[in-house]
Amino acid sequence: MLFFSYFKDLVGREVTVELKNDLAIRGTLHSVDQYLNIKLENSRVVDQDKYPHMTGEQDAGNDLGLRLSVRNCFIRGSVVRYVQLPPEGVDTELLHDATRREARGG
Amino acid sequence: MSAGPGLESLVDQTISVITNDGRNIVGVLKGFDQATNIILDESHERVYSTKEGVQQLVLGLYIIRGDNISIVGELDEDLDSNLDLSKLRAHPLKPVIH
Repeated sequence: MLFFSYFKDLVGREVTVELKNDLAIRGTLHSVDQYLNIKLENSRVVDQDKYPHMTGEQDAGNDLGLRLSVRNCFIRGSVVRYVQLPPEGVDTELLHDATRREARGG
Repeated sequence: MSAGPGLESLVDQTISVITNDGRNIVGVLKGFDQATNIILDESHERVYSTKEGVQQLVLGLYIIRGDNISIVGELDEDLDSNLDLSKLRAHPLKPVIH
């Protein structure tokens, strides 16, 4: 429950989710649930050239790059390896205390 | 308690599912449950290759078991129709390793 609550507080932040199939998706955290399923908005694949599976039209001459045909995505919790967070978004003291409390109670 | 980010908002929309074995299946989401089992209508699989353009295999009405799903993406039909699948080359996606 700890991380569920933690992620709920992070809603609205830019995160990068790295999956167990090595795909990395960056986006704005829209919502999370008890299974730590993650919904991202404005998602884009990190390293798009390698993984065009979710991309839209490729505009070779344009620096603006690829437009995604998948903008919002739902990522199943079971397939997440890492969630990369902005360091400013992490209060280690708070996490430390919450963990201690959870460990004591569990 | 919290239902959280259900797939509710995606029902009747075209979605792109990436499965644990690295397949990409596109279809209309008709139903789902808490285990993320999915009912997909008018579905087709997109097979990517480095040698030739994207192959589309028509599947029809499918149930995909939640265990096997990695990502459910909301497909933007306009952008997707701009895609020239015959020109797209890609390495196949890696399978999920737990």
